[in-house]
Amino acid sequence: MGFPLLSSLVFIPIIGMLVVMFLPKERHSAIKWTSTLISVVPMLISFWLLWDYFFNYAGDAAMAYVEGPVSWIPILNIQYYLGADGISIPLLALTGLLSTVSLLASFNINFRVKEYFAFFLLLEAGMMGVFVALDFFLFYVFWEVMLVPMYFLIGVWGGPRKEYAAIKFFLYTLFGSIFMLVAILILYFTSEPHSLNILELRATGSAMAYSLQMVCFIFFFIAFAIKVPVWPFHTWLPDAHVEAPTAVSVILAGVLLKMGTYGMLRVSWPMFPEALRSLSFWIALLGAIAIIYGALVSMAQKDLKKLVAYSSVSHMGYCMLALGAISSVQAITGCMFQMISHGLITGALFLLVGVLYDRAHTREIAAFGGVGAKLPIYSGIMVFFSMAALGLPGMSGFISEFMIFVGAFSALSKIMVGISVLGVVLGAAYMLRMVQRVFLGEFDQKRWGGLTEINFREIVTVGPLMLLTLWIGIYPKPLNDLMAATLENLVNLMAR
Amino acid sequence: MEYQLPEYNLLKMLPEIFLFVWALVVVTFDLGTKRKTGSAVGYLALLGLVITGLILIFTGYGRGFGNMFYNDPLALFFKIIFLGASFMAIGSSFGLTHQKIINHRGEYFALILFSTVGMMFLSSSNELLSLYIGLELTTIPLFVLAAFFKDDKLSVEAGVKYLVVGAFSSALLLYGLSFLYGMSGTTDILLMKVNLAVTQLKFEGNIGIILIMTIMLLLAGIGFKLSLPPFHQWAPDVYEGSPTPIAAFLSVGSKAAGLAAFAKIMVNGLYAFYDPVMTPNDWGILVGVLAAAAMILGNVVAIRQSNIKRMLAYSSIAQVGYIMIGMVSFNELGMSSVAFYIFAYMFANMGAFAVVAFFEDKTGSCQIESYTGLAKSSPLLSAAMAVFLLSLAGIPPLAGFLAKFYVFAAAIKMAGTDGAYHWLYWLVGIGLLTSVFALYYYANVIKTMYFSASDSPYKLRFTAPALTVILIGLIGVFLFGLYPEPIMKFASNIPASLGFIID
Repeated sequence: MGFPLLSSLVFIPIIGMLVVMFLPKERHSAIKWTSTLISVVPMLISFWLLWDYFFNYAGDAAMAYVEGPVSWIPILNIQYYLGADGISIPLLALTGLLSTVSLLASFNINFRVKEYFAFFLLLEAGMMGVFVALDFFLFYVFWEVMLVPMYFLIGVWGGPRKEYAAIKFFLYTLFGSIFMLVAILILYFTSEPHSLNILELRATGSAMAYSLQMVCFIFFFIAFAIKVPVWPFHTWLPDAHVEAPTAVSVILAGVLLKMGTYGMLRVSWPMFPEALRSLSFWIALLGAIAIIYGALVSMAQKDLKKLVAYSSVSHMGYCMLALGAISSVQAITGCMFQMISHGLITGALFLLVGVLYDRAHTREIAAFGGVGAKLPIYSGIMVFFSMAALGLPGMSGFISEFMIFVGAFSALSKIMVGISVLGVVLGAAYMLRMVQRVFLGEFDQKRWGGLTEINFREIVTVGPLMLLTLWIGIYPKPLNDLMAATLENLVNLMAR
Repeated sequence: MEYQLPEYNLLKMLPEIFLFVWALVVVTFDLGTKRKTGSAVGYLALLGLVITGLILIFTGYGRGFGNMFYNDPLALFFKIIFLGASFMAIGSSFGLTHQKIINHRGEYFALILFSTVGMMFLSSSNELLSLYIGLELTTIPLFVLAAFFKDDKLSVEAGVKYLVVGAFSSALLLYGLSFLYGMSGTTDILLMKVNLAVTQLKFEGNIGIILIMTIMLLLAGIGFKLSLPPFHQWAPDVYEGSPTPIAAFLSVGSKAAGLAAFAKIMVNGLYAFYDPVMTPNDWGILVGVLAAAAMILGNVVAIRQSNIKRMLAYSSIAQVGYIMIGMVSFNELGMSSVAFYIFAYMFANMGAFAVVAFFEDKTGSCQIESYTGLAKSSPLLSAAMAVFLLSLAGIPPLAGFLAKFYVFAAAIKMAGTDGAYHWLYWLVGIGLLTSVFALYYYANVIKTMYFSASDSPYKLRFTAPALTVILIGLIGVFLFGLYPEPIMKFASNIPASLGFIID
């Protein structure tokens, strides 16, 4: 065993948090730079993992970089056990990248700076932990640890209704987690010898009685679905997204939502194949409803941030549709692509909405018009990501949606997929409508004459997201190859 | 026949004897120095507790007075909890003895120590009468302590209320114990188990009614001590009125004593008592219903409280509900999870009360509103409070989460191995659902401290004892959340010492 790379992904942010906590409170820029630089380390490690995994492990579905299992609480057989495979590696890189980007985007936070950055690093540790944990207890701990900093980040630095949004997020997710906890305990006591090892339980899960599989599957599903969020569990999302500060919205949309779909792929889908088969239609249906519902609701939004938030519901609906098409490797691959692509695009959209909000202090779509003439660079970038979000070919969103539809068409009811495809049209409708109202048309010189162009730091934050969106859109093969073996194995497990 | 005197083995009782003498020394010291000692008398009490702890470690396991006095893992574990709770209660009392209790410092500290001695006796005694005496020695000093602010109406009310309810519940308990004696002809719990089975055979199982009455009486008697609904009404008023450190001590120390009594009389004493009319499962269901009521009522009513002491009172009612889930999971995980729970609960709850006591000393207020914006003026205090509350709410990786996990694990295991215990699934379900409510009111305090844009008018400087107590709480909550192994191992010896192991 070499250097514990995965542990360092989790613990470097925690060490960083402690360091930040000991910095003097008034030294704002020292705190900002320290935490950003600290977050660069896990980011680089996660990139290196991407690189190394691609060249050395990608052909094999087995876990790489395994650490442990080391006994942690022997009485309950709880282990410290980490590992990464084709589905966690890209998400780790996404987490690493978006964390650093969000920290950079947080430089305009100007009160209670120390607490903000400390909580942010704790949040990063929790997210990394979820994607590498291979022990259920550990997984649950990371899953929950993240809620606390998130609660504070929304509650202290959020918008006008921050208190309501923060507690709603906290309670909603905790409500989901308790179901997961019961399912974990049931799994633990039905396995012989009692185990909390996700991989072991995944191997033996298909042998469980159908009724028990069903119970566990549904319990896990509730926990994960609230996180995704799957319609009708989505009501926390618009509140949390709209009230959260920009950088936190980025993390929420970019990483937190993916934890739900990751959980499904890592835990409940391959673990309870029989239950999955009998429910897959309904899962896909929920996905289809989310696609159409999210898009329709987005169309009616007057607030830019709310529009992006509801578009997330729609975009995560594609993931659910793909996750309903369990027999198709292509659809599941599309789902992974959609997770990453949505993380990049929606993350960037939130950043850009934040940039405008910082200057204009409003996010009301109707308040703007003709901004494109005044802020050409900003508008260009925003239009780029809007196009990416509506699935323009050549960008990552198109690739993922295309894969999902091709895969789902063969595996699912054709009517359902047909209706879901309408979501793309609706997506174009709300995005273009937004672009038209904000960037084109009459410019109100009196009101917005003082707007300033996007600055260098802000360009640095969205630049990498732009490049990656384009890269995946034009040349998706490396990412596909990276995940292929793992996903194929998963589909085989689901078909047991 | 020549009567054989039992072996006294007085040394096994050394910690209790020492602490008792030390309590007398504390009073004498205060009187002897004409009550001019300031905080010294408090430090003397703390020193006594530390020495007692050391003696306890060296005394180890063993028995004295025949079967009456057992130092088994259960006793040792609970004694550590009693000493810890007492230490933290005394540690958070220094503000009070500095400002309010100027004339009776010696008595104040000595009474806490006497009560601790009572708890320690109780957890060691394996005989109904000495157990009862231990329980009385625990509660009688607490009556006085609850009413310690003689001029404060609320405090006097608290004292009287606690006295009346306490006396009443003791009477019920004693009545129940007398039934047990009547059926078994002995007060020795181990012998009682055997004799009860014999009696039952003799009457061909026709003692159901008496048995049901006995169990009802015992449950009511101990239920009052545990503030288990419907015997809980006294708790919020008493907590609100009594000095805050005493409320803390009541919520941890005296509750742990009640749990030890419950484990000894009911779980141990009645377990072997299998009867066609009544099995452990039957009275287990009864306790389960009370536990569910405790979790629902405690967690729901706590939401509406504006006084933080009342809120913590209702939260502690709910916490007992969780503990009782472990208590009625009659397997090898059950009792150990109870012990671990109360251990984790001690750090979090004593810590939270220490913050409340400190805040009250400095500002004179117990209203949750007064905590507004505290995070900016007193960051460490607020952070500590947030950690304690999150641990009580059961958020990982804090000790409170692991405690809940352990209790639920015990219950689900029991429900899975024996079909008759399927009701435990419902109990776990209720526990989990109400824990979401619980998060709401705990988070509400955090919200008040952190989310407000306005500044707190209070800038609080820590005093050494308060800081020590809060740090002990923090270390406990983090350490035993991340590395619970030693304590869990210790706690896993307890079921065997109770003499029941199922599988």
